[in-house]
Amino acid sequence: MAVATEQQILDGLAEIIDEIVGIDKSEVTPEKNFIDDLDIDSLSMVEIAVAAQEQFGVEIPDDELRNLKTVQDVINFVQNLQQNGANA
Amino acid sequence: MTGAALRVNDVATGSRVLAFGDYQPAKVVTNDDLARTVDTNDEWIRSRVGIVERRIAAPGETIVDMAAQAGGKALAGSGLSPADIDLVIVATCSAETPMPNQAAAVAHRLGIEAPGAFDLNAACAGFCYGLAAADAAVRTGSARNVLVIGAEKMSQWIDWTDRSTCIIFADGAGAAVVGAAAEPGIGPVAWGSAGAHADRIAIADRTSFLRQEGQAVFRWATTAVAPVALAACERAGVAPDDLAAVVPHQANLRIVEAIARKVKAANAVVADDIRRSGNTSGASIPLALSHMIERGDVPSGAPALLIGFGAGLAYAAQVIQIP
Repeated sequence: MAVATEQQILDGLAEIIDEIVGIDKSEVTPEKNFIDDLDIDSLSMVEIAVAAQEQFGVEIPDDELRNLKTVQDVINFVQNLQQNGANA
Repeated sequence: MTGAALRVNDVATGSRVLAFGDYQPAKVVTNDDLARTVDTNDEWIRSRVGIVERRIAAPGETIVDMAAQAGGKALAGSGLSPADIDLVIVATCSAETPMPNQAAAVAHRLGIEAPGAFDLNAACAGFCYGLAAADAAVRTGSARNVLVIGAEKMSQWIDWTDRSTCIIFADGAGAAVVGAAAEPGIGPVAWGSAGAHADRIAIADRTSFLRQEGQAVFRWATTAVAPVALAACERAGVAPDDLAAVVPHQANLRIVEAIARKVKAANAVVADDIRRSGNTSGASIPLALSHMIERGDVPSGAPALLIGFGAGLAYAAQVIQIP
């Protein structure tokens, strides 16, 4: 799978969040904290992670999910894995 | 050397559910009731699991008591008499003791004399497994009619100081009478298990309470179960759009909604019985169906998708026609 740009990951993530928890795409910006700013709970985070896995072709296990606090954290995580995967 | 072929029974072409029945204990436990004993609150429980209230059995009320109530109601609804039932199956994972089984005692309570009687443990998928076994028994001629009951007293295996489980589980029973039919009314089952994850939902030993890894189970249920449900539709030759009802095990409303989103049954009523009944494990599917039929949510003859999944991990799904 091709490595996505930061903007592509952000757009994809915003779409997923809109679909799963109904938060408008414009609300999803890199600095936002999922729990404190977007009011997304841990179960919704699991659903978002699973959808992101399918969309971006990377695995986001529960142990890692705990450390992904902001939208930027997810973007970095996906980009890292995609780049490592592409280099492998 | 070839032996003589064994004689087999005359075979019915299909089976169908003739009637459902349900029973819930009288005692209602609200979220506010629980908030008085553990650190939780109504808003949190509603948003995380979708439960408003649940029913809990009285101390002396047994699985046999509840199963017999639901079974008796289904039997009455079917128009059959106890003498017409050749097999009683009780799906349960919360029995007070491992023996004797519940099924024989339930049959005796209902005046069904000397039927085949066994308990089946596939936890929250138990009713779907039982229905598949009943369908097979009728179609091979092993039984003319079968009484299948999902009955649970989860409350006796719950740590009432553990807020992660005591807010979820509840007691109750649901039953179905299955009989022969010229046109099949129970589709092929799609079933399976994932024993590598056996410890995700478990009662560790005879002095322990039920424990589950909530987040891992949530992830599994919201990803692995929908494909099984779609396989059951495929095997029955029913398109998701043609389903009148989708009845996932009432594990957690969030899981129910996630599965329904993936099945994409645009015209179906999705069971949300968990709101008032809690998670009654193997009883939840027939309980939900019986309530839906009672309310007139689904017309007779319409196809409904049943999706069981839970400890084991075990899962099973099939399409049936509403009686």
